[in-house]
Amino acid sequence: MTDWRGVAAENRDDLDDEANVLLRARSRRLLGDLLRPHRRAIGLLVALIVVSNAAGLSIPYLVKIGIDTGVPAGTRTLSMIVAAILGAAVTQALTRQAFLRFSGQIGQETLLELRRRLFEHFQRLSPAFHEKYTSGRVISRLTSDVEAIAELLEGGFDGLITAVLTLFGTAAMLLILDVHLGLVALAPFPALFLMTRWFRRASLTTYRRSREAVAAVIVHFVESMTGIRAAQTFRREPRNQEIFEELDERYRAANLAGMRLIAVFQPGVKLLGNLTVAAVLLYGGWLAVQGEVTVGVLAAFLLYLRQFYEPMQEISNFYNTLQSAGAALEKLSGVLEERPGVAEPLVPVALPAARGEVRFQDVRFHYHPDVPVLHRLDLVIPAGQIVAVVGATGAGKTTLAKLIARFYDPVTGRITLDGVDLRDLGEASLRRAVVMVTQENYLFGGSVADNIRFGRPSATTAEVEAAAAAVGVRGFVASLDGEAGKRGARMSAGQRQLVAFARVFLADPAVLILDEATSSLDVPSERLVQRALRTVLTGRTALIIAHRLSTVEIADRVLVIDDGRVVEDGPPGELIAASGRYAGLHQAWLESLT
Amino acid sequence: MALLSLWRLKSYLRPFTSVIVLSWIAAVVGIAAGLAIPLIGKEIIDGPIAAGDLAALTPLGLLALALGVVEAVMICLRRWLQGIAVFGVETALRDDIYAHLQRLPMSFHDEWQSGQLLSRATTDLGTIRRFFGFGALFLVMNVIQLVVVTILLLRLYWPLGLLVALAAVPIIVVSARFEKRYRVISRALQDRQGDLATHVEESALGIRTIKAFGRGGHVFSRYDGLAVVVRDTALEKVRLSSRFFTFLEIVPSVTLALVLLLGATAVGQGALTLGALVAFTTFVLQLVWPVSSLGFILAMGQEAITAADRVLEVLDTEPSIVGGTLVLDRPRGHLRFEGAGFRFPGADRPVLQDLWLEVRPGETVAVVGATGSGKTTLTSLVPRLLDVTSGRVSIDGHDVRDLTLPSLRSTVATAFEEATLFSMSVRENVTLGHRDATDADVREALEIAQATFAYDLPWGLDTRIGEQGMSLSGGQRQRLALARAVLGRPRVLVLDDTLSALDVETEALVEDALRGVLADATGIVVAHRASTVLLADRVALLDGGTITHVGTHRELLAGVPGYRALLAAEEVLS
Repeated sequence: MTDWRGVAAENRDDLDDEANVLLRARSRRLLGDLLRPHRRAIGLLVALIVVSNAAGLSIPYLVKIGIDTGVPAGTRTLSMIVAAILGAAVTQALTRQAFLRFSGQIGQETLLELRRRLFEHFQRLSPAFHEKYTSGRVISRLTSDVEAIAELLEGGFDGLITAVLTLFGTAAMLLILDVHLGLVALAPFPALFLMTRWFRRASLTTYRRSREAVAAVIVHFVESMTGIRAAQTFRREPRNQEIFEELDERYRAANLAGMRLIAVFQPGVKLLGNLTVAAVLLYGGWLAVQGEVTVGVLAAFLLYLRQFYEPMQEISNFYNTLQSAGAALEKLSGVLEERPGVAEPLVPVALPAARGEVRFQDVRFHYHPDVPVLHRLDLVIPAGQIVAVVGATGAGKTTLAKLIARFYDPVTGRITLDGVDLRDLGEASLRRAVVMVTQENYLFGGSVADNIRFGRPSATTAEVEAAAAAVGVRGFVASLDGEAGKRGARMSAGQRQLVAFARVFLADPAVLILDEATSSLDVPSERLVQRALRTVLTGRTALIIAHRLSTVEIADRVLVIDDGRVVEDGPPGELIAASGRYAGLHQAWLESLT
Repeated sequence: MALLSLWRLKSYLRPFTSVIVLSWIAAVVGIAAGLAIPLIGKEIIDGPIAAGDLAALTPLGLLALALGVVEAVMICLRRWLQGIAVFGVETALRDDIYAHLQRLPMSFHDEWQSGQLLSRATTDLGTIRRFFGFGALFLVMNVIQLVVVTILLLRLYWPLGLLVALAAVPIIVVSARFEKRYRVISRALQDRQGDLATHVEESALGIRTIKAFGRGGHVFSRYDGLAVVVRDTALEKVRLSSRFFTFLEIVPSVTLALVLLLGATAVGQGALTLGALVAFTTFVLQLVWPVSSLGFILAMGQEAITAADRVLEVLDTEPSIVGGTLVLDRPRGHLRFEGAGFRFPGADRPVLQDLWLEVRPGETVAVVGATGSGKTTLTSLVPRLLDVTSGRVSIDGHDVRDLTLPSLRSTVATAFEEATLFSMSVRENVTLGHRDATDADVREALEIAQATFAYDLPWGLDTRIGEQGMSLSGGQRQRLALARAVLGRPRVLVLDDTLSALDVETEALVEDALRGVLADATGIVVAHRASTVLLADRVALLDGGTITHVGTHRELLAGVPGYRALLAAEEVLS
């Protein structure tokens, strides 16, 4: 398979499932932490389920009394016994209903708490974490993993407890009814235990296999459909079909293997149950002929065995749920233990109205200790200055920007805003003062107005309108209430950029960091964007990572960065005259215009 | 009617006819054996035990044993055989859906999100599979079981038989009603979970924007609102099902008590044997599942019908773009748009109309136009990703619609602006349909596209890229898309704004290399920048859905103000 898939680094969070199932200490801690507030309720639940099972277990015993003593004794005794059965049935039903409701409630509260914690945690983790972890995995943690746990809470939890209680309760009742016959009936228990263990282990493997297989089918399917244009243009269809059928076949084989396990396990349990029934009939019949047990005992045995073996077959349905929930919990607890790379200050300094002076003092930075990105950078950007940063890919331009936005902290040295170290600023003050606009210009679902208002959620409609008008958004949308479209797909790159500018305009930060989009716009859009940019930049400190020299033209100052060092620094006019690196770039750009 | 859609899928069952027949036989035999066991119990109690006849006990006991084995073996056999059939059917259907989707044109795929298609190929097929493999069988088996047991019980002692049969009625009614409400609430829960997931997706994808504006709290409060709604809906579901399951337990227990009351009285009066009473009690429990599952199985059938409808909706869509019969043996690549027009279905205005353009072999024409002027539509007409709605496009004098699709699409290659990469090796991504491309061909293409960085990836050309592999920059992706297009030296090369994400220096290198390729191919280049336009011999200006001017770059720059507005840098103008 690797011949077409190619080689990739191992996926980091696919831990060994076997390890996951035995809820590791980390998962246990999380689980304990989540359940602790519900301690009392859980105590009540245990009481309810025990009562419910006891009532359920008493019914066959009452049937036995009914047959043995009620039949000869006549209607009165019989009525009492029947009343007792009804009482037991009602008790069982009511306690069970209460149990289901309470446990459902606790489960859902726990789930909500887990969802809240996860979401908040992901929001708190630094951009550095998100870059490594990727949005796809964040999404699956918050959706499919949480749902795997929800599924366990919904179905399996109750099944497991009932199965365990039934197991011990039935064993006890059988022995109480008749020790000899009871021992015969319990003889297959070890076999049942071994079979269950075999099934658990075997299904672990097939479950993983089919999960991997379906993931491969889905990835290939979705990619072929989203990339259908390339597939059709380059006549890829036959090869795609070949690959798909191969993956689909693996999926089929994995499913079939899982099905076959169940095809063996469930009838296997059934077989044990049936053999036990036959043994009870034979041995119990023999005992009955000897007069050592009554017919009522025999009937009670048959009822107990049925009550016992039916739920045991269902266990197979529930293992997969338990396994995936265990694996999910393991991943979630791992994520929750990640610490944010940039920490909130313990005593935040407030900065109500920033002027916007940014200062780098002896700043060094690296993502990896062996690869320095910035070497001892000293830089002062006075309030209100517009600085354009140019340089080759990998020179450290984006890093510079991310440090000011405090997506990362410097390794040594410090960065200050109006003299305050960024590390001492509270999140709210920092984000009020410094805003970074990235290349992607992400648009959220909802209207254009909603997207602009994201810059300042408290803004009035008039303020949103004004921001939209200022940067020229009104030029291309009929109404700000119109849908921005899924991820802004219906807007062109230039239009998305303008909406992002309106957002910044509304947020009105003292310092703006702009990572210009690399892909080029057509000339008319470019012109609109440049015009809007001037509006947005007015009156603030700005650091622009420029990919287009037309943007550099409007800057007060140009920094040319090479290999983590500032190699040229000055107003654009001066640099052009100086015939250095920037002058060369400028010349090339001029030529490209003709 | 409604069942028709399921019936239409029957051809997929045909290869498995014998397997299915065998599995149904196994099901019937298994159920019969299961039902016989309590009857043996009755015989033992009424016969050997009542009479104290040990000799008669052994054969009956052994018979119970044998029946127990038969039942288990039959269940195993049934499941085994069914597995073969249902997974076989599912896989065949999925392969066919995939093949069909690959044949459907871009206009279809533009309307359908891949997620919608995926849910048809996975969730819906799963629903159909479960119905064929489980629902349909048990629908029939449970009804048989119900009828057989009722008849048996009526014959054993009709008042008790009647009681047990009547007890089934509330269970069936309530199950059916529960099922309906349960489906409504499950659907609601799914929808709300979907809303929550959409929000999660947005906040994950937009995390940098959220961070940059410090809007974590704002986003969290929206999330929290949705999460609370999910909890409330889930609780409602829990309440509903807890009531139902309680009911499901209480009815058999009450029936059991009544059976005991009436049965024991009847035994006292000699109207019923003790063994029969024991058999009755066992049967009451044995019937709970078949009865209570009827509602659920019927709902499953409903869902399977809906699923089949959804699958057929896709399978019934006829591919509107199918190839002709003509094969070009030695295409020269003489491309002509002859009064070509295109209008999206239902649109009131055409995107392109009366478009005339001729590109001779070896010649390259740049197409320039404002955003939304139809440049991409124009390029899509050549490899028939879209079909003209008026006029025609021809290659070497043949209408492109007369050519077979493989012949046409091996003559024309397109590099798109949005470079789609698949989660596969670099080699596979570059060769795509060119299965016979040699290493030398791939190297040549990568060199032309300035994409030799691919050799320096951790595993060279075997490195997996795309979503599930190494991530590449926009420029790198575009260069690979270009390599894909120039591989195998196509006669007609369409470049749809392919160089937009490249930096100035790389762009210059790519353009130099492309000149060599374009010298002996027919080229159409969609361009935004003057530098790209210079690749072409002539420029065509697209305005108002048609080509208004054709000439050299300098001619148009000098003589056409609209062209100047599009291509001249702002400094020159403002």
